[in-house]
Amino acid sequence: MLNKLYDWVDERLDITPIWRDIADHEVPEHVNPAHHFSAFVYCFGGLTFFITVIQILSGMFLTMYYVPDIENAWESVYYLQNEVAFGEIVRGMHHWGASLVVVMIFLHTLRVFFTGSYKKPRELNWIVGVMLFGVILGLSFTGYLLPWDMKALFATKVGIQIAASVPLIGESIKVLLAGDSTILGAQTLTRFFAIHVFFLPAALLGLLAAHFIMIRRQGISGPL
Amino acid sequence: MSNNRVSRRQFLGYTLTGVGGFMAAGMLMPMVRFAVDPILQQHDAGDFILTDTAVADLSEEPVRVDFAYEQVDAWYTSEVTSSAWVYKEGDKLVALSPVCKHLGCTVNWAADPEHPTQFFCPCHAGRYEKNGQNVAGTPPLGPLDEFEVEERDGFVALGAVKANTIV
Repeated sequence: MLNKLYDWVDERLDITPIWRDIADHEVPEHVNPAHHFSAFVYCFGGLTFFITVIQILSGMFLTMYYVPDIENAWESVYYLQNEVAFGEIVRGMHHWGASLVVVMIFLHTLRVFFTGSYKKPRELNWIVGVMLFGVILGLSFTGYLLPWDMKALFATKVGIQIAASVPLIGESIKVLLAGDSTILGAQTLTRFFAIHVFFLPAALLGLLAAHFIMIRRQGISGPL
Repeated sequence: MSNNRVSRRQFLGYTLTGVGGFMAAGMLMPMVRFAVDPILQQHDAGDFILTDTAVADLSEEPVRVDFAYEQVDAWYTSEVTSSAWVYKEGDKLVALSPVCKHLGCTVNWAADPEHPTQFFCPCHAGRYEKNGQNVAGTPPLGPLDEFEVEERDGFVALGAVKANTIV
């Protein structure tokens, strides 16, 4: 049945070369943990992506209940966690996954560094990787404020003070992030929400695409 | 007629780039201005807030003056309570912000028994002299901020917070 459906579509759109192009590629022996168990270190990049997908999905579902307003944000998080079925699980996935993404990126970076995989011709992919790391840290920072509890508020106060310490443009960065020159409040929360949910994920997807196109183009770096 | 004749291809290239640029700018300009509005908004110099602490009750020992005011945060208006450390320096009034310059905790006067003439921050043991000067070797990197302060009908009135001017 499925085969017939596939053939029907393929006959008309010739989709086989498209997915072959994406899915058919060689996995060299030295990166395959089935051959050398120590090759598991090559899995950290894929694991980072896997957890990122979980973050995107769980985040999409969290916005079904979450409200980025200072009077309702905490209440909505409390409600979705304690009243909604599996709320603790979905929020837990997003909460723990956020930390795990950073850990996995760190391990992935260490692997790339110690196998020398950043060297010519892969310098550009290292640079995109560093930008991805920055975007993930930005997502971590903006997401931390959203539950709007005391920890979130004061962590963001400190974070914004750090941003304000940038020479010359620090004050402008601060106001741009906080939405007000003195208050960390209603406008800060909506801005962080917009950055967390739209701006940074858009940048993340673009950079990820570049990261993956480059790794496919250049292949996996050779054995040590 | 100039010697550098513009070819049909060049002309179309310039025209399309110009029109495309104009359309892109027309889309982006409103959005960018929208996003940076908080930076460009004019803030009227804050009014002085009258506290219920009489100037006559003040001495050279800093006392905590609590006050409340209506804070307008975009669409959200709320009653905010805050405080200042106020004392007399000769005839002059001095009002210091209680916000620690290390990580923003609240400092107290003479809270550390070992340093009865200093401000003390309980979070990381930051200390300040009476005039707000941070004590070297403690975490804060700068002096306590200062309120604009004046006497109104015998009571203390507090204005905007500014960088310390007396140390």
